[in-house]
Amino acid sequence: MAASTGPYTLPPLPYAYNALEPVISQQIMDLHHKKHHQTYVNNLNAALASQAKATQSNDISALVSLLQKIKFNGGGHINHSLFWENLTPPDSDASKLETAAPTLHKAIVSRWGSEQAFKDTFSDTLLGLQGSGWGWLVSRGNGGKLDITTTKDQDPVTAPEVPIFGVDMWEHAYYLQYLNNKGGYVSQIWRVINWAVAEERYKHGIDSSKTFKPAM
Amino acid sequence: MSASLFRTSFARAALRAGAASTPKAAGVAGMTFARGKATLPDLAYDFGALEPSISGKIMELHHNMHHKTYVNSFNEASEKLAAAKESNDIAAQIALQPLINFHGGGHINHSLFWENLAPKSQGGGEPPSGALGKAIDDTFGSLESFQGKFNTALAGIQGSGWAWLVKDNQTGNIGIKTYANQDPVVGQFTPILGIDAWEHAYYLQYQNRKAEYFKAIWEVINWKTAEKRFQ
Ligand SMILES: [Fe+2]
Ligand SMILES: [Fe+2]
Repeated sequence: MAASTGPYTLPPLPYAYNALEPVISQQIMDLHHKKHHQTYVNNLNAALASQAKATQSNDISALVSLLQKIKFNGGGHINHSLFWENLTPPDSDASKLETAAPTLHKAIVSRWGSEQAFKDTFSDTLLGLQGSGWGWLVSRGNGGKLDITTTKDQDPVTAPEVPIFGVDMWEHAYYLQYLNNKGGYVSQIWRVINWAVAEERYKHGIDSSKTFKPAM
Repeated sequence: MSASLFRTSFARAALRAGAASTPKAAGVAGMTFARGKATLPDLAYDFGALEPSISGKIMELHHNMHHKTYVNSFNEASEKLAAAKESNDIAAQIALQPLINFHGGGHINHSLFWENLAPKSQGGGEPPSGALGKAIDDTFGSLESFQGKFNTALAGIQGSGWAWLVKDNQTGNIGIKTYANQDPVVGQFTPILGIDAWEHAYYLQYQNRKAEYFKAIWEVINWKTAEKRFQ
């Protein structure tokens, strides 16, 4: 795959590649960010370039056949960009739900009864995914009703739902470390959820232009 | 060696299945059932026998863990389905269908997959001949061109899934089809040859370089099995 020609670029990780150890190994983070995410970015840019060409030449059948490519690779770029930001090193301040996300914590407890009940429900949802996909905590608009949802493959969360945080359940997200033990990955991931970012998204939503297209 | 292992495995399956076993049931590719329960079929070769195309570690995890989980989860869902039928709970029967499809499909797909692989020393990678070889030439021009199209189909899978060479039961024609997740080849089509494109099938060895896996696996394809399925 040739180097990306824009308009989208791979956002840098907000922490070191080994910062999530022992929950997620450096090797996984390396491959996941530099290879998998980069490929989504490259393929998205390539599909958008083809789209521009097809638009110019009024090639409607080419335009239609490009939609799924844009959705898949654009979704891959969106989902991974959100994912890196909603993770944080274990034991960091941001990893503590109650103190890092007081508003969201209250909303979670009122919706699921307790932090544990929420985590159990979310974990069950992740483990129930058949094939590749993502699990999300979403709110209906800023500060709205909370729900747990899944999206298949690289489908992104779309309006009016706001993605508060997501967990990548593709096998590439955990396999080198957890192998077929995805239950182990799911139980460990709670140690690295960035609740400060989740709180921010819950209250104010996501600034799409900054999050997915960093200034060059 | 492999042929005798094979027979042993079938004979054992037939024993387990008891009086209910018919020659046809025992002949269904490796899908063994005992007292209505699915069981994990034995491999006809050692875990390491497909190296360097597929590492022994991958084969061991893939067979002993992944496939086994599909078998267990399918049996669990089947028991629940039987209970739901017993109690005439139609809603529960419908709700169980996705689990039956996913885990039952996982069992079927992997059983077919193990059998359409073989070590090089046991004929792995030897080109198809006979009716299937001719059908491939007629349909795709050549084996190389077929493999190219098949690999393009594999690379195009967005998420987890399988690519299959299938026979259309209505026309007798062959073609390439991809299936999401563990959706099995059923109904109008007969599975001839399948390749697992889930990340667990290659990640420990190839990581994100899945095109290398798709290229290497042709070295251990058992075309003899495919020929039998075609007929
Ligand atoms: Fe991912
Ligand atoms: Fe598999």
